[in-house]
Amino acid sequence: MIAPRIWREMPQRYRYEAGKCKECGKILFPPRLVCPDCKSKDFEIIKLKREGKVLTYTIIRVPPRQFKDQAPYAVGIIELEGGARVTAQIVDCDFDKLKIGMNVRLEFRRVQQEGDEGVIEYGYKCVPF
Amino acid sequence: MRDVAVVGVGMQKWGELWEKSLRDIFVEAALLAIEDAGVDHIDSMYIGCMSSGLFVYQEHIGSLLADYLGVRPIPATRIESACASGGASLRAGFIEVASGMSDIVLAGGVEKMTDVGGDEVTFALGTAADQEYEGFSGVTFPGIYAMIAKRHMHEFGTTPEQLAQVAVKNHNNGSMNPLAQFPMKITVEQVLNSVMVADPLHILDCSPITDGAAAAIICSVDIAKKLGKPIIKIIGSAQATDTIALHQRDDITRMRSTERAAEEAYRMAGKKPEDIDIAEVHDCFTIAEICITEALGFVERGKGGGFVESGATALDGRIPINTSGGLKSKGHPVGATGIAQIVEVVHQLRGEAGERQVKNARVGLTQNMGGSGGSAVVHILEAE
Repeated sequence: MIAPRIWREMPQRYRYEAGKCKECGKILFPPRLVCPDCKSKDFEIIKLKREGKVLTYTIIRVPPRQFKDQAPYAVGIIELEGGARVTAQIVDCDFDKLKIGMNVRLEFRRVQQEGDEGVIEYGYKCVPF
Repeated sequence: MRDVAVVGVGMQKWGELWEKSLRDIFVEAALLAIEDAGVDHIDSMYIGCMSSGLFVYQEHIGSLLADYLGVRPIPATRIESACASGGASLRAGFIEVASGMSDIVLAGGVEKMTDVGGDEVTFALGTAADQEYEGFSGVTFPGIYAMIAKRHMHEFGTTPEQLAQVAVKNHNNGSMNPLAQFPMKITVEQVLNSVMVADPLHILDCSPITDGAAAAIICSVDIAKKLGKPIIKIIGSAQATDTIALHQRDDITRMRSTERAAEEAYRMAGKKPEDIDIAEVHDCFTIAEICITEALGFVERGKGGGFVESGATALDGRIPINTSGGLKSKGHPVGATGIAQIVEVVHQLRGEAGERQVKNARVGLTQNMGGSGGSAVVHILEAE
């Protein structure tokens, strides 16, 4: 991936910036221009809470090309406090300890690298606590 | 709106067709459909194709395929809605004929998936998910459906054996389909002992990587009558969307786009789930068929696992599902799948399905889905 896209996504990847609808309160990650529920276009930028629970998960054993060096790895859908949901890798956890409902926290990590000379992309992964 | 009929269908054997190019496999299927319909021309053409760009590094295939089919200069457009591209292509053709803009339209689908390596295929298919917020974390398509399966098991007690039953049933049906890529019967034990791709999905829970094409000729019922072919009317056509990121849905085991499209198609057709004799559904993974049977109203929500286990969806069951072998056994060249579903339903409704023929099938339904359900297309066909 080229630099502008990585740069553009930094507010979400590094700082968890989301949009909160001023009309109905829905939290949208990433921020959007239109609220899908109430159609309002009025938002404020907030930061997502970093703690949440695992809603579901799997272990990826056949990865896409950019993740070959990391497989097998766990990924899950995390419901964060406040209601937003994100997809993220679940790391620092044995596969047999993974459980629906477990507490996890988003942390800043290296996510992927395109080849030996590619740009290293950082973002969030989650760890149990 | 005019009444519309499918008067011709065409498809050749699917598989790893290394000796043939995308243009060849499409033209072969299209010629078969034109011959089957007995038409001397087509007015326009739609081609469902998810990603010729990533699979064969070729865009602009509408014109390319019109040229190679020898129908230049008619209008020809590629339609993309991930794995629902085929269904969306039929719907585009249906709308064009129903509106009176054209009389005879070819709706086709094609995907050539073996010109790139396996990890390229995994990447290309992954682009049907939200690249910035799912793909970024290394999620694959088997991974997304695995997360649906895990949650379905957690909420409803669905078992790995029930998932495996979907694959066993579809391979049994596919063993009677000479065009299927993997026409061999398998057992529950084989599924459960096959290599794990994304827990709890084994490789035999997943549809394969396939080269293939399929085509259908649709026209107004008035023209269909003149052609003297059996008339299979399209009585319901609907399409719906949902978030493409799974995590943005309030309920991740519900296929809401399918629910919505089905509701609309049933309404348009004046039919209910219990009126459907056969259905071809999008079993890209075994869990998908379970969720879809629920979304189409064939069984109560959460009970899809028990439904397949009971034999209700088998060839001799209450509602035979995926008589062709489904995506699982017949193969899944993504853009072609939605049209191949139409090919099977037309064969069944004409009574031409050979060994796997369902007796007295009059009304058939197709459900084609993109990504994890970000798009869904449902058609209902009836034999006149």
